[in-house]
Amino acid sequence: METEQLATPLSASKSSSTSNPADTGASGINLSSAKSIPVANPVHVPGFHTLFRTELTLAVRRRSEIVNPLLFFVTVLAMMPLGIGPEPEMLARMAAGLIWVMALLATLLSQESLFRGDYEDGSLEQLALQAQPLYFPVLAKVLVHWMVTGLPLAVLSPLLGMMLNLDAAGYWPLMVSLALGTASLSLIGAVGAALTVALRRPGLLLALIIMPLYVPVLIFGTGTVQAALDGYSYGPQLAILGAILTAAAALAPLAAAGAIRISLEN
Amino acid sequence: MSWQWFHRLGSPRWFYQKTSAWLPWLGAVSLLLLAVGCVWGLGFAPQDAKQGNSYRIIYIHVPAAFLALAGYYIMAICGAIGLIWKMKLSFVVMRAAAPIGAALTFISLFTGAVWGKPTWGTYWVWDARITSMLLLFFLYLGVMALSGAFSREQSGDKASALLALVGTVNIPIIYKSVDWWFTLHQPATLKLTEASTIDPSMFYPLITMIAGFYLFYAWVLTLHTRTLILQREWRTQWVRELMGQPAAQSSSAARA
Repeated sequence: METEQLATPLSASKSSSTSNPADTGASGINLSSAKSIPVANPVHVPGFHTLFRTELTLAVRRRSEIVNPLLFFVTVLAMMPLGIGPEPEMLARMAAGLIWVMALLATLLSQESLFRGDYEDGSLEQLALQAQPLYFPVLAKVLVHWMVTGLPLAVLSPLLGMMLNLDAAGYWPLMVSLALGTASLSLIGAVGAALTVALRRPGLLLALIIMPLYVPVLIFGTGTVQAALDGYSYGPQLAILGAILTAAAALAPLAAAGAIRISLEN
Repeated sequence: MSWQWFHRLGSPRWFYQKTSAWLPWLGAVSLLLLAVGCVWGLGFAPQDAKQGNSYRIIYIHVPAAFLALAGYYIMAICGAIGLIWKMKLSFVVMRAAAPIGAALTFISLFTGAVWGKPTWGTYWVWDARITSMLLLFFLYLGVMALSGAFSREQSGDKASALLALVGTVNIPIIYKSVDWWFTLHQPATLKLTEASTIDPSMFYPLITMIAGFYLFYAWVLTLHTRTLILQREWRTQWVRELMGQPAAQSSSAARA
């Protein structure tokens, strides 16, 4: 384990067990040539841009982690009509809510691994030790998390809305509200992920502590689509989603940074 | 003004010894108020014009809901004090407040359901106030679960305090849910700044019950805090003496 971590500083413990060892090795080598965190020299801790690029590179290399939440999202949505019945009118009424709830669950599922790999291989500690506030590394990680989970969900949502017989008037509001809302979800969930990163099996606990905080986003997200479907202006709901996102971007990384420091003490 | 009392309050031992004297009074007054309020409200207050006798559950429902919300603030503020000033006792109070708050939230949800059946014809609707109270219940459970999940006590304290603080963003939404959304639950009848929309003959027993619940909350919170203090400080000399155990051995005395 030690040697493996040395060879692949960021990716060793983060790579999912399903990916083959050759893949892991390759990504590790490529990483160390592209500015990753050199374990031997902790002075070169990356700033926001470097960390953002590193994280994005890692995320793109580990394709399964991008694709899995999306597949989960699509699979469960495909199951829904089997469970509740395929009548088009009923599906049309439930489409926005179903898509939103599944987006919430997909975000939650992918959230657990947000800090885990970095915690296990010690790079989180290195990040916490550097002079700059922990706010920026957290923001970089959350941004990448949203780009690989929330954003594809939002882009994909009109297609799923069509499959669920959602009225065409709802496509655009659904997409915009999902894009704004999943960013808030990623930010809020980062607090929970940071709080539970030191625990051995945080999965269900993470869901328990984060779900209640997701609710306002869910209410206004579905409200946006509902207003559009009913023929009203959906600007106010989008504005509230934007306000939630602004507040979350300002405060959630601070809380997550505090939570990381608490977790590192454990 | 001297802040000495405040700093002394931070010492678990001092807290334990001081509250020993307060507890009987607190318990007696709160039980007296609760008894008076119950008999007055359930026995002597007039029937409601529309709801008949079924409205009387208000005397349990409203005080429990009040304390469920206030208890979250107490928990979060204690957590904040603990995080900022690193007061040990503050974290103990925070941990003690979580299960009490969860129980009160459950009581208000349960009595609400019982009240809902005769008045609305249903035990449960996805109404803004009811749903947000259910979320409050989950918030309490989350804080409890997280505080128990850490192997190191201090980490559990800090983590759950942070979560309690983050959760406070939901509390104003719960307070205002009946005013912001037009839903089945009636808007607030008790108002601090304007005249309440409730008859004085029903209002006075309700106020008595609310005061009784507040004191009862303080009583139970103090009791639970004292229990947690004993559990945490069992190695120290004063707890051993309190428990009538022989003086600590050298090894445990060193740790204390």
